[in-house]
Amino acid sequence: MHDRDTGGNGAYGSIPRKEDARFVRGQGTFVDDITLPGMLHGAILRSPVAHARILSVDASAALAHPRVEAVLTGADLAERGLAWMPTLSADVQAVLATDKVRFQGQEIAFVVAQDRYAARDALELIAVDYEMLPPVIDARKALDPDAPVVRDDLVRDDVVRDDVPARARNHIFDWSAGDKAAADAVFAAAAVTVSCDMVYPRSHPAPLETCGIVADHNAVTGQLTLWSTSQAPHAHRTLYAMVTGLPEHKIRIVSPDLGGGFGNKVPLYPGYLCAVAASMVTGRPVKWVEDRSENLMSTTFARDYHMHGEIAATADGRILALRARVLADHGAFNATAQPAKFPAGFFHIFTGSYDLEAAFCEVTGVYTNKAPGGVSYSCSFRITEAVYLVERLTDMLARELGIDPAELRMRNLLRPEQFPYTCPTGWQYDSGDYPRALKLALDIAGYDDLRREQAERRARGEYMGIGISFFTEGVGAGPRSHMDILGLGMADGADLRVHPTGKAVLAISVQTQGQGHETTFAQIVAHELGLTPDDVEVVHGDTDRTPFGLGTYGSRSTPVSGAAAVMAARKVRDRARLVAAAMLELSADDLEWLDGKWRVRGDPDQAAGIAEIAMAAHSSLELPEGVEGHLDASAVYNPPNLTFPFGAYICVTDVDPATGEVKVRRFIAVDDCGVRINPMIVEGQVHRGLADGIGMALMQAIAFDEAGNCLGGSFMDYLLPTAMECPSPELGTTVTPSPHHPIGAKGVGESATVGSPAAVVNSVVDALAPLGVVHADMPLTPANVWLAIQGRPVRADLAVS
Amino acid sequence: MRVTVTVNGTGYTREVEPRLLLIHFLRDELGLTGSHWGCDTSNCGACVVWLDETPVKSCTVLAPMADGRHVRTVEGLSRGAVLDPVQQGFAACHGLQCGFCTPGMMLTARWLLDRNPDPSEAEVREAISGQICRCTGYENIVRSVLWAARHESAGGYEAPDRGDGADARP
Amino acid sequence: MQVPAQVEYEKAVSVEHALALLARYGPGARILAGGHSLIPMMKLRLLQPEVLIDINGITDLCYINLAGALLQIGTLTRHAQLLDSALARAHFAILHDAERVIADPIVRNWGTVGGSLCQADPSEDLSAAFAAMKGTMVIHGPDGSREVSAREFHTGPYETVVGPSELLTEIRLPIRPGGGSGYQKVSRRAGDWPIGAAGAAVWLDGDTITDAGIGLTAVGATHFAAAEAEEYLRGRDAGDDTLRRAGEIAAEHCRPVSDQRGPADYKRHLARELTTRVLRLAVSRARGALS
Repeated sequence: MHDRDTGGNGAYGSIPRKEDARFVRGQGTFVDDITLPGMLHGAILRSPVAHARILSVDASAALAHPRVEAVLTGADLAERGLAWMPTLSADVQAVLATDKVRFQGQEIAFVVAQDRYAARDALELIAVDYEMLPPVIDARKALDPDAPVVRDDLVRDDVVRDDVPARARNHIFDWSAGDKAAADAVFAAAAVTVSCDMVYPRSHPAPLETCGIVADHNAVTGQLTLWSTSQAPHAHRTLYAMVTGLPEHKIRIVSPDLGGGFGNKVPLYPGYLCAVAASMVTGRPVKWVEDRSENLMSTTFARDYHMHGEIAATADGRILALRARVLADHGAFNATAQPAKFPAGFFHIFTGSYDLEAAFCEVTGVYTNKAPGGVSYSCSFRITEAVYLVERLTDMLARELGIDPAELRMRNLLRPEQFPYTCPTGWQYDSGDYPRALKLALDIAGYDDLRREQAERRARGEYMGIGISFFTEGVGAGPRSHMDILGLGMADGADLRVHPTGKAVLAISVQTQGQGHETTFAQIVAHELGLTPDDVEVVHGDTDRTPFGLGTYGSRSTPVSGAAAVMAARKVRDRARLVAAAMLELSADDLEWLDGKWRVRGDPDQAAGIAEIAMAAHSSLELPEGVEGHLDASAVYNPPNLTFPFGAYICVTDVDPATGEVKVRRFIAVDDCGVRINPMIVEGQVHRGLADGIGMALMQAIAFDEAGNCLGGSFMDYLLPTAMECPSPELGTTVTPSPHHPIGAKGVGESATVGSPAAVVNSVVDALAPLGVVHADMPLTPANVWLAIQGRPVRADLAVS
Repeated sequence: MRVTVTVNGTGYTREVEPRLLLIHFLRDELGLTGSHWGCDTSNCGACVVWLDETPVKSCTVLAPMADGRHVRTVEGLSRGAVLDPVQQGFAACHGLQCGFCTPGMMLTARWLLDRNPDPSEAEVREAISGQICRCTGYENIVRSVLWAARHESAGGYEAPDRGDGADARP
Repeated sequence: MQVPAQVEYEKAVSVEHALALLARYGPGARILAGGHSLIPMMKLRLLQPEVLIDINGITDLCYINLAGALLQIGTLTRHAQLLDSALARAHFAILHDAERVIADPIVRNWGTVGGSLCQADPSEDLSAAFAAMKGTMVIHGPDGSREVSAREFHTGPYETVVGPSELLTEIRLPIRPGGGSGYQKVSRRAGDWPIGAAGAAVWLDGDTITDAGIGLTAVGATHFAAAEAEEYLRGRDAGDDTLRRAGEIAAEHCRPVSDQRGPADYKRHLARELTTRVLRLAVSRARGALS
């Protein structure tokens, strides 16, 4: 049921953001800005090696440092039952290592000192004795019979049993979706099949603000207050209660301004728990904020999918089926953050945007001696990997068939009349007009002119590429019946209160990290209630002041929390109707909502707006039976389905084959995220995702050498795109509302990150087609491009040699 | 050792360790938390402030190196309640999302426009090429700077101080 | 963010004062100029000097002067100043080209020419540029000053001939009319260290190359120079075949190392390709200068 606004756009539109007032003055409050009286500073000693037994940890010299107040080791935490914590994927993760270290950068000890410089100095005073163990670095060897065992802690009786199959030792899960028999049958009979091995390398969201916390435990009141970089403050609160045993109503999480999240700030990290424990031990607030190297080396990475994909088609270019087999490197602990029933997230949306007869995918997850994670970086729970796979395969099929890639897509895209469409792996896409979006992108790009230009340049020995990516996203997790994280259903609440003078406060459970919720959610409420966005204050991030919800990631804020806000606003509006009827001494049926007010049918000038109604609701006005005073409402929204934004992207690159350098000349992006509350903010999200695509396609990857040393532990090695690499994007929009969302909105935060990498890679491979390049893995650094041209591609997950 | 640094026109004298980084001096000693830090290797530019009229990465400058010098931070961009055109531009053109890179970006933009009042888009991009933004993809930052260039002589603009953010302080 | 270890600090007010401080504190002292090579190393604790001698107050060391047939660059000159110098650019386009792609605009505001040279990173662009131009380094010490060729300045990765009680004060480049120069770099991203880079200068007499200077960085070229390729070029025509052959010779004499920027064979290929390209650029500029 959705209600379109009556009378123009109401409060929707590209209004400037309310939150900017503090940020342009440098008055944001980020976790490291927070100072409390008596506050101490924590620093973490991390393992320099990837796999080793810990023989001893001697912190005596550190404790003797005059500015050190405490040192926690794994043994100290073990005494309190805090040495291990649950992950979001039903695994456990070491908070401070006790028996072994299992990845380079793993937490060993936590120093608490009077200032951050002393804390850093004291790290060097802790002596750790390691017994080196051979590491598992190559995910493709993790299941070998003689592979070292990463998680001997999971093996029963603390003994690595010889009769446990080696395959089981580093094995996390097998998971599949689709109909194998049907897919196999289609493939067997298909006229054309194309297959490819492709790696989506390990990358990292790298928000500009690293993760951190100020933990303040008051032993007298029993209150634990945490200022923390958290995209999901309520879920964190529940987790802290479960892990520490502290009663949940005594825990308050304040997630202040966040300097970006992108999924990096969803999990609980050992550093947070150390800070909590340290505050309990010292009786003082403890701040811990990680370095950039800690962020890159130990917090949740993204991707690291080794994929084998196959596409089957008829000779005249009708795509019939897709198959995929994936090896997922989860690192040393399975700490991915996705709904519990989906160990490979939503990867099975790899069916893409085409009308397939059959599809089947299987994913195997393994442990390696690397940092834990995988679901992160605007991946929409693995949809980045899925879209990359299907769009690369589609381009390869086009090449194989000699059909233009735009033409091939246009022939195979789902048609509007096919929606709602259930794909072969069970997703029900809610709405879409795919051909219209692709056509718009082609028009903006001047596609035919580009192909002509490409032909001319090729004749001159210049290499220009045009790459297309058409993606279907699934966001807004999700229906609680089958989507939960650690048993917490993914429904979100909203509390709306209208004050007597007609100003409103909306408390929501999601947590912006820059997406502009203070503005867009104000617009939502304003739109429903005939107010202006300035009349609506959005409260978020403080678990004491907001209703429960699972937080912001997976582009779920607008689809889920936005819907909750709409529902709460409509409840307020409905109650306002009853109050208005009492004010006007009419029956509620005599009133209709028109142009932002309850108006008398047939006599619209007789009206009451929310402001006057609010005053009346707080006054001595006699209200009808059963109608409570004041003007507020709550709602918890359980989404009936995901929403399915989609888009068509076109990337134009110029490649210098002699040096391997790639220049992104143009990036065209047509996005459809349903109804757009604030187009300016939507476009900002798209701009960012396109930059992500350029970064991942051309420069971002974290590799490891044979010893397990992380080769992407700083911004000197893990390269992020600058303004020089990103052209001015050319955007277009179509609007296909979601039929099940109360305002038809779909969510957009991750769309461009999902859709863009394939467009860039398709473009570069297209440029190099005359040189015989059929596929090349990301990142397409100059060296990797040159090697691909030489026919000697390398693996991006391992060290260059 | 004792250092005296003039920040946004006010002199501050503090007793510090020589190794104290200028960014920490500003944030922790002086409580000017508008400048941020985001990396370990002088790459990200979240820490950009002016040192004697020149933008520098304050994470790569020691506090003693600023002794006797002038520093300008984001807190010194506006004149009282009057926002600098650069600040107005960033607000008008959605040049920020999370706001973490924004102070550094604005200070570089201000410096660019002081030297080059009518920059091309390419010149703006090059000027900020040493600073990372993770949220905007840079497009709106560039537009914000170009907006500021066009509105330099538009006079003071008093943005309403909504006092947002006060709630988040403990 | 990572932070340095404890260190003591002195501020030098003159070259003599700096030298006296160096003598007083011995090998545990390091000169602090822009700090943009030194301080990152200190933050990562790869370097832990005992004392820093801050020379930023010695503004006398900050200059770009013409002295007869020499361009003199004071080592405290900031990269940004060298980039913006019309004088430097007029005589040495290679310096402008190189500075354009060194680090980023903000780092260039404070990092110094001397600091980068003394850091002696094997991928330092200025090392190749000064090697190509056959510059001379002026080093001051307790016994006065000495001059060392840019091609003998580096003794290994992160090592130079500047002794613990010495200070690099000036770089001198000989100005010879009729030349053209240029610099080209390939990196993974704007502001990154080079995967490979080449700088070249050529002097022409008609269509004959009378002299050439070729500098290479990040590819393991001896003393950042391609002496054999230079030798090959002298007296030959400035045609494309010649330039390509020079690139091959330059590449043959490199010893690149595989790292995350690229494998050795790719870097060797880059050495060849970039040497050829930058020679073409230098030749076309030389022709422009003569016409």
